[in-house]
Amino acid sequence: MEKTQNNKAWFLVLPVLVIVAFSAVIPLMTVVNYSVNDTFGENAFFWNGLGWFEDIITSDRMHSALGRQVVFSAIILAIEVPLGIFIALNMPKTGFWASFCLILMALPLLIPFNVVGTIWQIFGRVDIGLLGHGLAALGVDYNYTNDAFDAWITIIVMDVWHWTSLVALLCYAGLQSIPQAYYQAARIDQASRWSVFRFIELPKMSGVLLIAVLLRFMDSFMIYTEPFVVTGGGPGNSTTFLSIDLVKMAVGQFDLGPAAAFSIMYFLVILLVSWVFYTVMTTLDNAETK
Amino acid sequence: MAQITLSKLAHSYLPNPKGEADFALKEMDHVWQDGGAYALLGSSGCGKTTLLNIISGIVRPSHGRVLFGDRDVTDEETAARNIAQVFQFPVVYDTMTVRENLAFPLRNRGMDAAYIAARVNHIAQMIGMEDRLNHKARGLTADAKQKISLGRGMVREDVNAILFDEPLTVIDPHMKWELRTQLKQLHRQLGHTMIYVTHDQVEALTFADKVVVMYDGRVVQIGTPEELFETPAHTFVGYFIGSPGMNLLDATVAGNRAHLNGCEVALAANYAPVQGRSQIGIRPEYCSLTAGAGLPVTLRRVEDVGRHRIIRAELFGQAFNMIAPEGMAIGADMTRVVFAPDKINVFADDWRVAAQAGGAA
Repeated sequence: MEKTQNNKAWFLVLPVLVIVAFSAVIPLMTVVNYSVNDTFGENAFFWNGLGWFEDIITSDRMHSALGRQVVFSAIILAIEVPLGIFIALNMPKTGFWASFCLILMALPLLIPFNVVGTIWQIFGRVDIGLLGHGLAALGVDYNYTNDAFDAWITIIVMDVWHWTSLVALLCYAGLQSIPQAYYQAARIDQASRWSVFRFIELPKMSGVLLIAVLLRFMDSFMIYTEPFVVTGGGPGNSTTFLSIDLVKMAVGQFDLGPAAAFSIMYFLVILLVSWVFYTVMTTLDNAETK
Repeated sequence: MAQITLSKLAHSYLPNPKGEADFALKEMDHVWQDGGAYALLGSSGCGKTTLLNIISGIVRPSHGRVLFGDRDVTDEETAARNIAQVFQFPVVYDTMTVRENLAFPLRNRGMDAAYIAARVNHIAQMIGMEDRLNHKARGLTADAKQKISLGRGMVREDVNAILFDEPLTVIDPHMKWELRTQLKQLHRQLGHTMIYVTHDQVEALTFADKVVVMYDGRVVQIGTPEELFETPAHTFVGYFIGSPGMNLLDATVAGNRAHLNGCEVALAANYAPVQGRSQIGIRPEYCSLTAGAGLPVTLRRVEDVGRHRIIRAELFGQAFNMIAPEGMAIGADMTRVVFAPDKINVFADDWRVAAQAGGAA
């Protein structure tokens, strides 16, 4: 449809632009400033060009942290998205149990991040934790403080426990919006359970799933508090994800220049991947309407 | 294809229905012919959708049985009943193409690929979508989607019945007429039993051979459009069918005379004394305004609706409608109305009373 274009409406965005500038862009400029300068304190800066960026890009430490981060996000998405869909499909649709399940599912989402970390830190301890002690009693050799594999398992299970609800609740909302007639029609057409999922439920959920995948990707890629509280990045560097490494660099070693360069690249990577996700999923969606 | 028998069928949504008022569907016994085109007509909440859902198997009736042919299907699932249904709004599989949508019911039943292809092309031609078979269903307009739903309903040749639940609600008026004509044509070609739920009398009367009029959970009349018009079994049928509906006047009936407000109206037949509230009903089409003898009316308004005019008037303080032919002059002296005696129906407590045999006046 042809519509008259009037770009003057963009001026209405100006106030928001000003507010965002103060809340995000200007603080970010401080980081940009650090990333291209070297400083020994006392507000004395020495121009370093793209030196810090080169350092970070070629640093083995960064490469391995990035590798761990990518693997972590991939595992999280691979578990939480299908599991969330599965739970949503099996939740009661009406009545008391529907509300009960909704509240139960929402509970983990309401717990502060560092509290979640603390819960699991204690829960997994071999000496006093229910999980750790229980596993030990069963004869399982489990210790997240000195075994890298156990540490990974603990953090992944914790994240699944904490965030699968989000995916499930979003999918549940998507499922609830499907009119009953679709299911009746599918029964009349003798569609299999899989067909009902593939041709009715999944297409109707695709919108909320896009949001769920984006949120879970961004959150898991930026994860800091929970692994920091549980493992502190250890044992060794095995659970040192990007943000944990960043904090070590900036606050621990006080290497502000490299940390600033790192922050900017970190931000750009998340922006880029989110954009790719969004574009790929919406084009797939549009391709289907053609 | 099968004849549908509703045997002592009744339904209540309450676990322990006490009186008649607790039933959404009052007890009924009907046999619907194989290959017939039926319309379930009634205002909202009269139980027509409940009845349709019972036939399709979505709702299990609390009392009575449903038979397809000789087979009792009361306890069978929708899928086992081998019926097709078209819903009020388009139900299509968005991510599939039009072709896949039409083929879906056949493919799920493991039909031969060559047969499916031929059948889908045939149906696509019928619904006029053969040029859009490879389009995704998602991007289509509401009426195109509803055509797909209709097509999917008709793609199987062996269905016992095709049920339509107000399928033209979302369709543009000009498309409605086209789709209705198509449906009628498809019914003639395919010969399936078709049941069509609607609250629109025009849809019902143009589509169906037999119209089933429902009122307050009860089937009040099953008949051809002509029967509903000439001899409505219930006052509801009288005023629901027709535009405007039948005029109903309180009157006492004795022999072949009806008395209302001291005036006498001749009837075409003798009637036994009527019990309960007695009324006479006359269609606006069968009333004529005259300057001569007749009942006194006060004219309020004349509406020109094209082929005829509707005269809104008052008779003994009650709203009264008449239809005047196009060319007729309506003079100021025309203050009387006469009825065609053989078109007068007599009702007792809302139900039509048959005339006594051989009692012509």
